[in-house]
Amino acid sequence: MRVLTPTNVEEAVAMLAVEEDLIPMAGGTDLLVHWPEHLEARERGYLDLSGVESLRGMEWSDAFLTLGALTTYWEVVTDARVGREFRLMVEAARQVGAIQIQSRGTWAGNIANGSPAADGVPVLMAYGAEVELASAGGGARWVAMDSYYTDYKQSVKRPDELITRVRVPRAEYEIEVWEKVGSRRAQAISKVGLAITKGDEGWRVVAASMAPTIRRCAAIEKLLTKEAAINRPEDLLKAIGKDVSPIDDLRSTAAYRELTMARVVYHALKGRVSFVT
Amino acid sequence: MSEGAGMMQISMTLNGKEVSADVDPGERLLDTLRYALGLTGTKEGCGEGECGACSVLMDGVPVNSCLVPSYQARGRVIETVEHVQESDVEPLLSSGATQCGACTPGIVVTAQWVRRHPELLETHTLRELMAGNLCRCTGYDGVIEGVEATLTVDGQSS
Ligand SMILES: Cc1cc2nc3c(=O)[nH]c(=O)nc-3n(C[C@H](O)[C@H](O)[C@H](O)COP(=O)(O)OP(=O)(O)OC[C@H]3O[C@@H](n4cnc5c(N)ncnc54)[C@H](O)[C@@H]3O)c2cc1C
Ligand code: FES
Ligand code: FES
Repeated sequence: MRVLTPTNVEEAVAMLAVEEDLIPMAGGTDLLVHWPEHLEARERGYLDLSGVESLRGMEWSDAFLTLGALTTYWEVVTDARVGREFRLMVEAARQVGAIQIQSRGTWAGNIANGSPAADGVPVLMAYGAEVELASAGGGARWVAMDSYYTDYKQSVKRPDELITRVRVPRAEYEIEVWEKVGSRRAQAISKVGLAITKGDEGWRVVAASMAPTIRRCAAIEKLLTKEAAINRPEDLLKAIGKDVSPIDDLRSTAAYRELTMARVVYHALKGRVSFVT
Repeated sequence: MSEGAGMMQISMTLNGKEVSADVDPGERLLDTLRYALGLTGTKEGCGEGECGACSVLMDGVPVNSCLVPSYQARGRVIETVEHVQESDVEPLLSSGATQCGACTPGIVVTAQWVRRHPELLETHTLRELMAGNLCRCTGYDGVIEGVEATLTVDGQSS
């Protein structure tokens, strides 16, 4: 096995440009699971990001909270200001594994890993976050989280690109909801995850574990924007059917997931907006 | 930067001392501690980040050493269960926090972190802080009582 240890972003993306199948290593909480048995990885090399200091830490500007790619869940959990402005980020981070995972796992790793059951991704998407993708020669572009994924574990990120930052626009929200329905509280992989916000830019409804990728739910958002009367969870099923395509797997069945999602949306909004009663 | 095929030399602060080790790029901190440095107090349970038996403190915060590539320990401060004073562990023994003992080193390490940061208990419950340390024997009440008891031990080592 091989590892390259760049100390700045320019070096890191130059290495990726030469060797596109290098595997970026952040907190390792996805990559190291059963690592000794990952024989195929031995043929490839790793690109260790931990020595790239500029990828650490969070920054506030008037418009954004910006997370360096090495920002962990625990850094967010222990930051009171994030708790005040982006409550759902703290709520979601607190439920990712336990302290040993929160201390190492990064938000960027969660995005890059691309699991449809991820917990960091839905709240970032519900806050309208964008991802910075950097490549050799000073290339960098910002991609909105809600257009980042293209299919199961597929994204617009090219193999020669690295996630360097994630920025979350600062805004006021009337409604912020994050729910994870799992089998047990700690260290559960979610069966249904849901993040909902309503701010100046309208509704954002994001579902996890309901489709090959985490995604915005356009039909539900439309229903909520129209303020159509919703009197019971079943009133949401038609829109949910348009937005998602859950699978039957060992964790749950498709029908259970759709009904669960309907109930979660309904109970989250009941009494908080006039048209959900 | 370095080009790393084959072994790589790293140094870290381990239990208060500067230590160097030659590590394979595919080696986990758990293996380096146990087999290269002879610190066998840290245990392997699941090898997939679920059980916490392999917990060590990295820059003062609990991590699962089975999920840390050894090369990422370079320049960092690592503390293992061997660094914890016996007096800090005593209350765990007397409260039934340990039976077979497989989980105990990890629990001791996480408990040490909580001891040093009483402010954590303002935002988190002890059960939430200890949720990454699984125990198949005790049913947790003994663990939680034992850790609670360690929180009030005098003469903190840290
Ligand atoms: C016990 C356990 C419990 C867990 N619980 C949860 C949970 O509750 N919810 C949840 O969402 N996840 C959970 N996870 C999964 C994991 O912790 C998260 O997905 C975490 O955010 C991954 O971040 P990392 O830095 O550790 O990623 P790594 O393992 O370092 O990398 C993950 C992937 O992202 C790529 N990558 C990392 N950083 C970059 C970058 N900057 N640019 C490009 N590619 C990059 C890597 O190459 C790899 O493919 C759990 C894992 C374990 C072991
Ligand atoms: S052995 Fe590392 S968490 Fe179980
Ligand atoms: S005492 Fe046996 S696993 Fe905890």
